[in-house]
Amino acid sequence: MKDSTRTYGLFGLVVVLILATGFLQSWNSALLILNMGLISAIMALGVNLQWGFAGLFNVGIMGFAALGGLATVLISMPPVPEAWTAGGPRVLLGIVIGASTLSAAIWGYKRLPAGPTRPLGLMLFLVIGFFIFRGVFDPGVKAVEAINPAGTGYLGGLGLPVLFAWPLGGLLAAGAAWVIGKTALGLRSDYLAIATLGIAEIIVAMMKNEDWLARGVKNVTGIPRPVPYEVTLQNNVSFTNSAQSLGLDPVVASSLYVKLSYSILFSVVLLVLLWLAQRALKSPWGRMMRAIRDNEVAAEAMGKDVTARHLQVFILGSAICGIAGAMMTTLDGQLTPGSYQPIRYTFLIWVMVIVGGSGNNLGAVLGGFVIWFFWVQVEPIGQLLMTVATMGLDDSSPLKLHLLDSVAHMRLLTMGLILLLVLRFSPRGLLPEK
Amino acid sequence: MDFLNAIVALCNYVIVPGVTYGSQLALGALGVTLIYSILRFSNFAHGDTMAFGATVTILVTWFFQANGIGLGPLPTALLALPFGILGCIALVLLTDRMVYRFYRDQKAKPVILVIVSMGVMFIMNGLVRFILGPGNRTITDGERFIISAREFKAMTGLREGLALKTTQGITVITAVVVVVALFWFLNKTRTGKSMRAYSDNEDLALLSGINPERVVMVTWLIVASLATVAGVLYGLDKSFKPFTYMLLLLPIFASAIVGGLGSPVGAIAGGFLIAFSEVTITYAWKKVLVYALPKPLEPTGLVQLLSTDYKYAVSFSLLVLVLLFRPTGLFRGKSV
Repeated sequence: MKDSTRTYGLFGLVVVLILATGFLQSWNSALLILNMGLISAIMALGVNLQWGFAGLFNVGIMGFAALGGLATVLISMPPVPEAWTAGGPRVLLGIVIGASTLSAAIWGYKRLPAGPTRPLGLMLFLVIGFFIFRGVFDPGVKAVEAINPAGTGYLGGLGLPVLFAWPLGGLLAAGAAWVIGKTALGLRSDYLAIATLGIAEIIVAMMKNEDWLARGVKNVTGIPRPVPYEVTLQNNVSFTNSAQSLGLDPVVASSLYVKLSYSILFSVVLLVLLWLAQRALKSPWGRMMRAIRDNEVAAEAMGKDVTARHLQVFILGSAICGIAGAMMTTLDGQLTPGSYQPIRYTFLIWVMVIVGGSGNNLGAVLGGFVIWFFWVQVEPIGQLLMTVATMGLDDSSPLKLHLLDSVAHMRLLTMGLILLLVLRFSPRGLLPEK
Repeated sequence: MDFLNAIVALCNYVIVPGVTYGSQLALGALGVTLIYSILRFSNFAHGDTMAFGATVTILVTWFFQANGIGLGPLPTALLALPFGILGCIALVLLTDRMVYRFYRDQKAKPVILVIVSMGVMFIMNGLVRFILGPGNRTITDGERFIISAREFKAMTGLREGLALKTTQGITVITAVVVVVALFWFLNKTRTGKSMRAYSDNEDLALLSGINPERVVMVTWLIVASLATVAGVLYGLDKSFKPFTYMLLLLPIFASAIVGGLGSPVGAIAGGFLIAFSEVTITYAWKKVLVYALPKPLEPTGLVQLLSTDYKYAVSFSLLVLVLLFRPTGLFRGKSV
C-alpha cells in the first residue's frame, strides 16, 4: 500500500508542478512542458527497458531519436519529382550496390576458408566495391542536390500522413540497434556504451551531411502536422465562437487547442507503451530478463541465450526511443540535425531513468516528467537566484555580467548534481523497483 | 622533382597533421587506459577533465598575457601549463574524494562507476561553460611557424611548401617527453611498480602491503596531468571550445580500445593508428597524386574517400573491426 501512495503522491506532485506553471507563468508553457514531458517519458521508458530490465548501458539515445526525426521527413514531406527523375534511381542503385557489397563481404567471410587469402581478398573486394558505389552514387547525389537547392535539393518524402512516421521511426531505430547489438553485445559492458556513443555521432553526422536525404544542415521545415493549424482554427467561425463563449481570446485558444491535441496523441502512445512495458515486466519474459540482469552466469546455466535476449531487449528499447524521436520532430514541425546534442538527447534521458527509478516503468515515466520540468525551469529559477546573489554588486561590474550570462549553463551543473546525489543517497530512485 | 614534391605534399597534409593529432589522442587515451587499469571503469568524464585543465591554463595564460609575462617565440600557454595541471589535479582529487571513493569502498559494479562518471562529466562540462562560456577561444601567441611554407619553398626550390607550425612542434615534443617520463615512472620507480602490480592483480597487491588509496591517488595525479597536457595541446593546435572535448571522447576511447584497454603502449599505438586513419581517409589525395602519377593517370576528382565530416565514422569503424575480430585490442589489454 505504501508503494502506491508514494506513486500517487509523486505523480500528483508532477500535476501540481505543471498546473502551477500554468497559473504562474502561462498555460502555453505549461502545455509545452507537458508535451515534451510526455515524449521524455516515452524515451525514458525505452531506456528503462534496456537498463532497468536488462542492465544494458546505451549512450546512443540521441542517434535513435535522430533516426525517428528522419522518419518524419521521409514519410510526410511531399516527394520532389524533378529530383527523383534527375538522380533518384542512381542514388537508390548506389545504395543497393553499397549494401550488397557489404553483405557479400560478410557472407564471404563466413563461407571462405580461413587463411591469409581471405582477409586480403575481402579487403580488395571491399575497396573495389567502394569505388563502384561512389561512382554510381555520387553523380546521382549531385544531380538531386542541384535541383532547387534553396528550396528542396533533396528527394523529399512519401507525402503520407505524418502519424505513419512514428512506427517507421521505431523501425529505423530498431535496424540501427540490430547492427550495433550484433557487434557489441556479448562483449564487456563498457564496449556497448562506446559503440552506441559512436553510432549516435555517426547518425547525426550523416543527417548533417547527406543533403539528398533530408537537406542536411539546411533543415527541413514545415513538416505536415497531425493536428490542425492555428490559422485554420482562427478562421473557423464555430471555433472562434466557442472560444469566445469560454471567455478566451481566439488566438490563445487556437494555440492551446493545438497543444492539447498533441498532448492527447502523445498520452495515447505513452499509455499504450506503458501498458505493454508493464505487461512485459510481469510476464515470464520480464522475469527472465531480470534474472539475466542479476546473474548472467546462472541464467546461462539455466539454458537462457543471454546474448540473444540482450539483443532483443536492446532493439525493443531503441525502437521506443526512435518512436519518441519521431514524435518530437512532429511536435517541432521541423528537422534540424544541428540541434541534436548528446547532453540533451542522451545524458538527460539517463538522468531521468536513474532519478525516476531504474527497473520501474512508472519510475522512468515519473523521472521523464520531473527532470524535464526542472530542465526547463532551472533557467528562470537560476536567473532569479543569481539576480538575488549578485544584488550587492555594481550593475556594471564584469563579474556580475559574467555570472548573469552564465546562468544558461547552470542546467548542466544542476543535472549533474541531481544525478550524483540520487546515485549516492537513493540509488534506487524516486520509485524503486519492487 | 615531381616525386619530391609529392613527398613534401604528403608530409605537409598527411604526416605532420597525423603525427600531431596522434600525439594528442595518445595522451588522451593514456589517461583513459590508466583509469581503466587502476580504477577499473571507462571514465566518460575524461574529455571534460581535459577541458577543465585547459580552462585553468587559459585563465592563467590570460593573466600572464595581461601582465606581459611571456616565453618569447613560444606560446605563453606553456608557462601556464603547470598551473593548469595543478588546478586540474585539485578538481580531480576533490571529485575522487567526494564521488568515486564511496563507490570504490562499496565495490560497485564498473557500469555504475561509468554512470557516476557521466554525472561528473555533466558537472565538469557545466563548470567549464560557466567559466569560459561556450564560444571559441584562441590563446596561441608567440611565433606562428617553425618553418612556413614560403620559407621552405625558398630554401629548397620546390613547388610544394612544407609548413611546420610551432604548436605542432610543441605538441610532438611535449608528448614524447611526457610519454618517456610516464614509462620511466611506471617501470622504474617503486610507486609505478606498485601501480602495475595493483592493475595486474588487486588482491595480491593488497596482500603485499600496497596501499590502494595511495595507488589511486597517484593515478589521479598522473591522469589529471596527462589530461591537462592533452587538452592544452589540442586547444593550442586547433582552438579551444568546451564542446569539442566531449566529441573527442569517441576517438580517444577508440584509440584506447583499439590498442587494448589497460595497456599504455596500446593506447599510444591506438592513438596514432586512429589519427592516421582519420587523416588519410578524409584527405583529398588529388594534390599528392598529381605529383606522384604520370600525366595520363592524373586524377580528375578530389580523390577523397570520405568527407571530413565523417572522421568519427573512421574511428568508429576501426573500433567495430577490433571489437569483432580482436576484442582485447591489438596489445592484449585486460578484459574484465
